This record gives sequence, structure tokens and C-alpha cells, in this order.
Amino acid sequence: MNINDFKSNDPIAWCPGCGDFGILSAVKKAFVASGREPKDILLVSGIGQAAKLPHYIKCNCFNGLHGRALPAAVGAKIANRNLTVVVTTGDGDCYGEGGNHFMHNIRRNVDITVVVHNNQVYGLTKGQASPTTDEGFVTKVQEAGVVVPALHPLELAISLGCGFVARGYCSDIEHLSGLIVEGIKHKGFSLVDVLQPCVTFNKKNTYEWYSQRVYKLSEDKSYNPGDKLSAYQKAAEWGDKIPIGIIYKEEKSSYEEKTGLNSRPVLVEEKIESIDIKSLLQNFI
Amino acid sequence: MRKELTIKIAGEAGQGMQTVGFTLCRLFKKCGFYIFANQDYMSRVRGGNNFFQLRISENSVYTLRKHSDIIVALDKASISTHRETLSAEGQMLIDKKKFNIIEENSFLDVPMHDIAKKIGNELFVNSVAYGAIAAMAGIEMNMVIETVKEVFSGKSEDIIESNGAAAKAGYEFIKKEINKENFNIHAKKEKETMLTNGNQAIALAAVRAGCKFYSAYPMTPSTSIMDEISSCSKQFNITVEQAEDEIAAINMAIGASFAGSRSMVATSGGGFCLMVEGVSLSAMTETPLVIVDAQRPGPATGFPTRTEQADLLFLLHAGHGEFAKACFSPGTIEEAFYLTIHAFNLAEKYQIPVFIMTDQHLADSYRNVDILNQDAVKVERFIISKELSKEINGYKRYELNDSGISARALPSWINDVMYADSDEHSEEGHITEDALVRTQMVEKRLHKKMAGLLREIIKPNAFNIEKAGVVLVGFGSTYGVMREICEAYPDKFGFVHFPQVWPFPSESTVKLLEGKNKIVAVENNSTAQLAKLIRLQTGINISSSILKFDGRPFDFDYLFEALNKLA
Repeated sequence: MNINDFKSNDPIAWCPGCGDFGILSAVKKAFVASGREPKDILLVSGIGQAAKLPHYIKCNCFNGLHGRALPAAVGAKIANRNLTVVVTTGDGDCYGEGGNHFMHNIRRNVDITVVVHNNQVYGLTKGQASPTTDEGFVTKVQEAGVVVPALHPLELAISLGCGFVARGYCSDIEHLSGLIVEGIKHKGFSLVDVLQPCVTFNKKNTYEWYSQRVYKLSEDKSYNPGDKLSAYQKAAEWGDKIPIGIIYKEEKSSYEEKTGLNSRPVLVEEKIESIDIKSLLQNFI
Repeated sequence: MRKELTIKIAGEAGQGMQTVGFTLCRLFKKCGFYIFANQDYMSRVRGGNNFFQLRISENSVYTLRKHSDIIVALDKASISTHRETLSAEGQMLIDKKKFNIIEENSFLDVPMHDIAKKIGNELFVNSVAYGAIAAMAGIEMNMVIETVKEVFSGKSEDIIESNGAAAKAGYEFIKKEINKENFNIHAKKEKETMLTNGNQAIALAAVRAGCKFYSAYPMTPSTSIMDEISSCSKQFNITVEQAEDEIAAINMAIGASFAGSRSMVATSGGGFCLMVEGVSLSAMTETPLVIVDAQRPGPATGFPTRTEQADLLFLLHAGHGEFAKACFSPGTIEEAFYLTIHAFNLAEKYQIPVFIMTDQHLADSYRNVDILNQDAVKVERFIISKELSKEINGYKRYELNDSGISARALPSWINDVMYADSDEHSEEGHITEDALVRTQMVEKRLHKKMAGLLREIIKPNAFNIEKAGVVLVGFGSTYGVMREICEAYPDKFGFVHFPQVWPFPSESTVKLLEGKNKIVAVENNSTAQLAKLIRLQTGINISSSILKFDGRPFDFDYLFEALNKLA
């Protein structure tokens, strides 16, 4: 497979200069690196600018409801574990509207990869605060500035026991696609939160702002992503310096392993036309 | 000898009414009787007042009676709560010493607690009561003990033995001290039947129909569907996933269905409210789904453990926008089974959400029915087979055609890819804002599919409507009570029952009801929702109704008295 095998002809509806373009390239590169064919990959999304991404790649797509990408993705993966299931979602979709599913699907640990386009603002509804907007950020709705402290998705994910927690930056496509590849390889729920400027509605967290701050964790040879305490510290680092890379990694049994799903026939492959339930009926006689 | 008997066991939650009730059901079934049994329980784990009521007959029974011939009060509060429901010749069994009652003579004093203590523990009091009831009904001792062994099989030897001994002691006390035969009941020859309830029938049908993914958030009275499917999930390779909320449940099921596995969710009104956006997602993405709403009284939390039929119009309108759906309202356990299999076929054939609407009364009430025939409804698939999938190229998930049904391929089975979207979309499944495509897609999802659904509508059941002066109409669980009234008074009453309420069977309804002088809607809601639906769909005005919205089901006597008042 090469990048052209994943080319979609659907016209792109993002703003010129949007950070989404970098993420799109990184996802495509990761799919090429995964070695899987387009027909064996399912991209699931909710609603928002990020959620349009599946249309711009040639692979299977289920673009569901706002906030509900995770349950749909998990259902599809359980039904057909041969699919590589990746979710593209945004900070509003995943951490706001779908917060409950974010929490419980980390616990559930089905083998899916979740790429969150985190631009710290609502784009499609035109500029309101998102769960990750910094305190003090002024919008048309939060006109005196945001007073609610920002949600820290990486710390939250680590505390919930997520086995793969990473942060990427949309302008470093090579690095980001590497994180997505690692996320896909990881057996269980993997989270890749992606820093991404919104060129239209976020005048604070710009390309320049990020470029001055981000640094790669891999450059620090002493950093051990298996150490939960230092992972918390890195996940919380948000100021003059912002780390990107694999923040936390832990091998743990996936839902498929724990439920025995992996050792049973794939659900969608089951022949269902003549299932004999006479033995069940017998229990009621 | 009596032809039928109604028995009630009442007490606090946690006193084991359900166990005695269920054991009695097994016993009478084993002895060749027909049973209708239901439990009336409060939304609590301990205390309060719960009861289990069984009607036993030599013929099929479909509903309850108002009065009981034998009532066992396991706590003192039950005496005053239930004594008014005792039939004229009835007997109430109480433990006078335990309840500190000296003066009353109208009770049958059975020292159930002392008997239980002698066996080893006061907790066996329900088995003592079980034995006492069996003795009063004139059942043979060996059947009584055998049934205990069956019901408690899987428990320790000690538990089986103690409960057996308690039943025997209760039985012998009645035989020795009372020895009356006025409650003895006679059974016809034994016929093999199944003792089951509405929820179990739906679960069995789902397994048969090839449901491979079931997700739900526990909610009374739908939860036992999940229990039942879970209990055989390994055997039939079904994934049952308890979701974090009903929104997750329906979206997971839609995801699983999109991937290709038949999927179902079940809930009650409040949980269904949370699912509603998912209903329209199923319709928009054309992903098959079966949704069970086991109704309970609302609004909001309402009466969690009780019954109502007030979701009808809500359900038919659930989901924003306009799209095709189907809704079934089975009247019996048998119908619940056959219509659930049909619902899975229909959901997949038309790629739509299909509802099974029941209520607590149908969900929880036990009846013995003829062995359900797993071959009565053929399980049919409506997807492109794996073999044929390999030849598919240039696949369009939403290809337009006359039927409105685009051939459904499964992701990874075809060499091509597919796009499904909750936004308005093109034939390829990509997001579009095109006015013409929009119009075509609405036509496809609504009108074209509805035309097909109308062709395979399940007609209403009509009984005795030619002869009767009064025609009753109802849907769902009121089937049983309407049927018994009409069988008992065939000169006066007939009925029309609707097992399918959407698409509405307008044509056959007009044929059945047009020109009838007196039509009475019998509904467990306060606004005669079915009558409204009939008027809307056919123009037929049903001016009379008997409505019950106290959270309790109709019984034979209640309906009969209400009908007499109407006349």
C-alpha cells in the first residue's frame, strides 16, 4: 500500500491553513505504515470539523452522532475484530459531549485508536469554549473569559488506566504518524491527543505559540513512559514547554482477551439462518 | 372440584414471594394446569409490600382475577392490605402467634414461623406456605417435593432438603388440622407446555434470530432480557455489553450492526428517551436495529416496577426528522417471540429501526404456553453474502433505486470501501448539501421504504366482532383480558387487537371497524392513545374508552365491571 491507495476524491471542507490537514496526512501515513488495506480499516467519527476527516481518506467510514463516535467504534470492533478501528474526534466531541464514553471506554479497553484533534475551541459552532480551552480565553459566549478550569485529557486518561497515552502536534506530521502507528499496534484503547491550531477561532494557541513550546519526549533518553508518576508530571506540563510523544504506556489485557472474544468466531462471520434453540426452550418445560 | 383457583402470596420485599410464587407455578404446571401469574413489586430491595398472584385453571388463562381464593400473608401488614381482595368463599392463611392476633376468627391460623423454626430456620417460612397452599389445592405430596427438588436444583443438598422438609410440614399441617376439600382443583391431562414470560420470549427469539450483539443499561422492567441472553451468551457466541448509559448502548449496537452483526437494545421509557437520537441515526445511516421498550408509567422515573401503555405515540414519533420505522406491540408471550424474530428480519431487510413495544405486565407475567416453534418464522438475511462480496466494485452504500433499499455490503467483505454518514449524504455516503440529493434521500428513507413495509403489514387480530354488540380495541398486553371477556360473553363482546401499530394497518382496520355501533378502546393510559391513532389513520372515531393508568394491569373483573358501567 502507498499513500495514493488511501486517496479520497471527496472535496475537503476545512478552512485554508487548518491544523486538520496535518492530521489527515499523518493518519494516511500511519495507515500506509500499518500495512493494512483500505477495506480492512474503519474510521469512525462523531460531529465537528475533525469528524469530517474519514471522508478525506479512502477506507471505510462511519460518521455517527456528536459525541458518540466511541460507542459506535467499540460496537463495530466487537462485531468484527478483523477491522482496524480508528476514531477521529475533536475536543468538544470526545471530551465534552462524549465525556462519559471517553471515561468508560478507557476502562473497557477495546482495541481501538482514538485521535483527538484538540484545538481548544469549538470550530463548527463558531468559536465557543471547549472543555480544553484555557482559563481566561474570551469568546462570544464566554465574553468575560472562560472561568472553568481546562480539562486535562492526558492526566484523566492515565488515571483511568489507559494503556497508551500520547500527544502529537499537527505540524510534525512524521512524529504524529509515528504515534498513530504505535497506537494502532497497542492492544487496547490508545489515545493520541493532537495539538492543533484553529486558524479562524483560536488566536491564542497559534502555530507560532505551539512551535515555541512543543518538544519531543523522545529526545530525553531518561524518560520512561512506563513510569506512571513521571507520566502524570509530563501530562500536566502545560506552559513554556509542552511535551509531545508517548507519555504513558502499559501492556494490559484488552476487552477482547478478557471476554474471550478473541478465541471465538468473529461475530459477523457467524451463520445465523438456522440457530437451534431447542436446548434453550427445554429449560422452560 | 373447582375449575380454577386464584392464589396470592403477600409480604415484604426480601421474604421470597418470588421463589414461592415461581415454585407454585412449576408445581401446578407439572400437575397439568394452565397458569397466569404476575408479581406486583415495589421499587425496593427489602421491606414494603409485594405480592405474587397466580391464577390456575384447567383451561388456558390470559389474565388475572380481582379476587383471590387463597391468600397467604407472610407479614402482618399484608392482612389489612389484601383482605378486601379475598373472594367470598376465600381463605386467608396467617400466623396468628407471629403477628400477635387473638380476636379474629375469619383467618386460617397456620403457625408457619414455628413450623419453619422446627425445620431449622424461620427463613423457610415461604416453603411452609408453599406446602400449605399445595395441600389446600389437593395436590399430591410427591409432586410437591419433586418440584422443590427441581426448583432448588443447583443449590446445596442441605438447602434442598430443608425446603423440602418445610414444604412437607406445611402440607401436613393443613391435611391434619384443616382437611377441607373446597379448594381442591382438578387438572386435565398433562400437555407439554413452557412456563415463560414476555421478556424471556423476546430473549429466546433474539437468540434464534441471530442477534450477536446486545447492549443495554439495566432498567426495570426490561432488565431480564439482558439476564436471559447473558445466560446463554457463551453457548451462542453473543456479546452482551452493559453500557455506561442508554446513549452508549444504542450507539454501540448501531456500530456492531454497521459492521454486520444483528443487534438489539432494550430499555424502558426513560432510557428510551436517551436513545432517541440513536433511533434517527439508525434511520439516517440505514443501519438495522431492534429496540425493545418495556413500558412503565412515566413521566420521569414514574412507577419503576409497574405497568402502563403510555409510550405509544411517543415511540411512533421518536427520532427527529422523517423516516420509515416499524413498531410491534405483541399481546401474548407467543406473539412476543414470533414478532421479535420478524422484527430482526424486517430491520435488516429495510435497514431501519424496528421497535418491540411491551410493558411490565407482558414482560414479567408468567404463563404456560405451547412449546414455541422456532421454525414458525424463517430467519432470513438481507446482506450481500461473503462469496458474492468479492465481485463487488464501485460500491455505493446508498444507491438509489425503486425500492429505497440499497444492497447492503459489509465492511472488509468487499474489496471496495464504504461511507456511512449521519449528515445528509450522497449515494456514495459523502456529506452533501445538494437540494436534489436531499429530496431523493428523504424519498428513499421514508416513502419508498414505507411502501414496502405497508405490503407486509401484520393485520390486527379480530375475535367475535360479527356477533358482538360491543367491539373492544386494544394493543399490547390488554390482549389477554379482552380475549377472556369476549370468550365469556360472546353475545355481547368482540375485540380487535393490534400486534403491529406502525406502519398502521389502516386498510384492515377500516374493514373491521367501519359501521360498528359501539367501539370501546381498552388501554393502560389516560388519553386513549390507540383510539387517537386509529382516528388519525382511518377517520374512525372511537368515542368510548376504558382507561386504567394507576400502574396496575387490567383484570377480568375490572374490565367487566367497567364495561357494564359504560352500557
